[in-house]
Amino acid sequence: MRTTLEQSLKLSKEELKELNVSIDKKSSSTSFGGYVEQLKKIPLKKLDRLGIPIAIKDNINVSSWEMNCGSKMLDGYISPYNATVINNLKKNGFVPFGVTNMDELAMGSTTDTSIHGRTTNPHNVECVPGGSSGGSASVVASGHAIAALGSDTGGSIRQPAAFCGVVGFKPSYGHVSRYGLSAYSSSLDQIGPITQNVTDAAILYDAIKGYDDLDSTSCNIEFKSTYKNLNKTEKYTIGIVKEYVEQCEPDLKEDIYKSIEKLKSDGHTIKEIELFDTKIAISSYYIMATAEASSNLARLDGVRYGYRYDNPKDLEEMYVKSRSVGFGKEVKRRIMLGTFVLSSGYYDAYYKKSKEIQKYVKSKFKETFNSCDLILMPVAPTTAFKFDTELSPLEMYLNDIFTISINIAGLPGMSIPIGKDSNGLPTALQFISKEQDEQKIFNCGLNLEELVNYQSDIINEGDI
Amino acid sequence: MFELVIGLEVHAQLNTKTKLFCSCLTSYGSVPNKHTCPVCLGLPGALPKVNKAAVSKALKLATAIDATKNNNSIFERKNYFYPDSPVGYQISQLERPIVEFGEIKIKDKENSDKIIRINRAHLEVDAGKSTHFNGYSLIDLNRAGTPLLEIVTEPDFSNSTEVGNYLKKLQSIVRYLDIGNANMEEGSFRCDVNISIRPLGSKELFTRVEIKNMNSIKFIEKAIAYEFDRQVEAWEDNTYETQVRQETRLFNTDTLQTKSMRSKEDANDYRYFPDPDLLEITIPRNMIEESNVIPEMPDKKVERYTNEYKLNKEEAERIVQDITLNTSFEYLIEQGAKPKTALTWLVVELVGRLNKRHTNIKDSSITMETLSALISNIESKNISSSSGKVILDYLFDNEDRDIEVIIKKLNLKQINNDDLIIDILNDLIKSNPDMVNEYKAGKKKVIGSFVGQIMKKTNGQANPQRASELVLEKLK
Repeated sequence: MRTTLEQSLKLSKEELKELNVSIDKKSSSTSFGGYVEQLKKIPLKKLDRLGIPIAIKDNINVSSWEMNCGSKMLDGYISPYNATVINNLKKNGFVPFGVTNMDELAMGSTTDTSIHGRTTNPHNVECVPGGSSGGSASVVASGHAIAALGSDTGGSIRQPAAFCGVVGFKPSYGHVSRYGLSAYSSSLDQIGPITQNVTDAAILYDAIKGYDDLDSTSCNIEFKSTYKNLNKTEKYTIGIVKEYVEQCEPDLKEDIYKSIEKLKSDGHTIKEIELFDTKIAISSYYIMATAEASSNLARLDGVRYGYRYDNPKDLEEMYVKSRSVGFGKEVKRRIMLGTFVLSSGYYDAYYKKSKEIQKYVKSKFKETFNSCDLILMPVAPTTAFKFDTELSPLEMYLNDIFTISINIAGLPGMSIPIGKDSNGLPTALQFISKEQDEQKIFNCGLNLEELVNYQSDIINEGDI
Repeated sequence: MFELVIGLEVHAQLNTKTKLFCSCLTSYGSVPNKHTCPVCLGLPGALPKVNKAAVSKALKLATAIDATKNNNSIFERKNYFYPDSPVGYQISQLERPIVEFGEIKIKDKENSDKIIRINRAHLEVDAGKSTHFNGYSLIDLNRAGTPLLEIVTEPDFSNSTEVGNYLKKLQSIVRYLDIGNANMEEGSFRCDVNISIRPLGSKELFTRVEIKNMNSIKFIEKAIAYEFDRQVEAWEDNTYETQVRQETRLFNTDTLQTKSMRSKEDANDYRYFPDPDLLEITIPRNMIEESNVIPEMPDKKVERYTNEYKLNKEEAERIVQDITLNTSFEYLIEQGAKPKTALTWLVVELVGRLNKRHTNIKDSSITMETLSALISNIESKNISSSSGKVILDYLFDNEDRDIEVIIKKLNLKQINNDDLIIDILNDLIKSNPDMVNEYKAGKKKVIGSFVGQIMKKTNGQANPQRASELVLEKLK
């Protein structure tokens, strides 16, 4: 048996120490490449302080640790400060442990674009772990971490969690401080837990959430403990978007329908609902996210930190060459797209319109939640696919069709594993609620977890 | 015949303790990059947070210029790359500035009142400083993130006198509000000038040229004069279309000419969009209420001085223009000095002497406490005003400051005793019969001579006014 986060809360100092040593040891001997340190062949980063180890995505600032966001552009950047979530972890007895790999600057769904190399899916190393938080999902799935933090801008926690068969929760916008999270798209980014099960997700979420004075977009509301209020017996009205489920691969579709049946027989009310064409959410997302990214990433200019092109002939060349060499293809594509949609003459046609779509998506969700507690939908149309699958950028973007509208609306969503497809790859679904109903997601998630009884069969050289 | 059409954009640094979006101190002359943090260094993940004090100072200006205070104003990002702009954009306000539609009253060329309309005042961050040498550039980010209030006028100025008067007026408003030091030389009050010309009588607006970053009123006047000549010449030579383009020009302080910096075509596309890290500025009610209470503004002061203190308008304006002078003046009044006496002793006697010594009231070794003690001795007729001047000169050359002691030391106590003066006068009349005759023949000037001699014989200690009354009485 692996040690869960819940179990680790009861460990003695000595046992914790042993646990830390064992993770450290195992991580240096396996090859999923979930940790940046594994790829760099160096010992796992850890803070001196003893605590329950939590793996940290490479885009969250930990004081004195190098943070690269999987990009050459941040080569050598040693953070001088802690993200608020790191301080919150420490306050609650957890300790940052290991840096998890990710798609460059959180742009991607494969964890195949990091400067450090690729992370593989522990269920099948020929398959992607999903992304961008693929490292976090992979280390939790493979038993190389008890739990991890990821970040989700358009599905970057939920999709890798689904592909790797672990639980991933994207909190409501503003519930977890973004201070210290390297920004991709400020109005969509959220940090969240990736864990072995729903209970652990509640524990880790409790540790990191809360109002933060340093983040102006942080919600100043009363936060209650999700863990303490877990109740798997509550029954809900669950909305199903059949049209979305029908777009999935057969095995995945079947598993989702089975889960729906199980929830129904357990006493939940299932209701068919309609939302909107996912295409509008896709276009709105790629305008909003890339526009903000083009501006957010302007600070990566080689002037103060990170990579700088050697011996440029003038300032302009320093900027152009540093950024041309320092950023990968996908990042450059998105920066250019974002720059274009904000340029004068195009702003109204693109950025402004995407904001209108955002309003529409929000109102549509709000309307839907008048008649149901939760929405159940797929996380992605497929299970984990093979590396180097030939996809056009547009096809790649379609991978996110079910996840991004939740970011656009600022809603919470949780990906939960429900089974395996015929290739032995995990299947998953996600629950979505309104901002103030996160507890319902956890409660129903816990219930579903028991009903489907998903068991990971990844066996490593001795489990944690 | 042509006339000038000028509009101004002033960047006034606000004197908040900390920067606009982080808690770093705003201070000068420190070790480079000492006052920096993850936010103003533009480190990945750092987020801005609005400094309430800056918002409150902007609102105070709104009260002073009778402008609209916009609730729900927004911050936008103005995107451009430059090494002293750490995040790659300037956080500024475009669509909904915090302050809009105000007005400032100034003097025009004929010294009549003229209203300058203020289009807007918005908050934004200052950049850092670059120093270039030997092919390298050094960046100091101490100033990066310092709050600026950009105050934009309508194109309401017709000549450089008005521009100068406006800038001085705005400086004094900023200083009286205590929202900034408005010091042009230090760069905490920078001015962009938009200039166009038009045939006299025309209401049309023609191509405007922007002259950036002017930091002296004298040079602004010179730049305006140069631009006016250049544009008029182009118009008359039929080269206006090609020579006068919408562009940014820089003023060369050596040649006193303006030179094209960049045309509109190669201007940056700043790609403004609302900063997603910051919410709309919702101003709490109590903050609005607090901002409604501001110190007495220059115009109000002039009004009060002329009405209550019976100063004439020039005197009142003289004492209001400079805030240090005004604080000194108000202190003297508070200590019981009569307005006219305070004005004379402060402006004519003290400042006059300071000017001669090429110094100013701020650096003066004579404090207002000392001047106040001197004035009170004069007003209570303890010493004569001529003795007062002697003491003032003495103060410049000596370090002791106890006026009572100095009066004794210099033996300057005024004689208000009529008997003593009458004795001296009797002697004078006796020994100068011809003067008495002259007076009787109508030469009134003689009185002055008598008083002068009395003053001389008493070492200046006689009360000259009383002496003159006594002379008149005796000679009747």
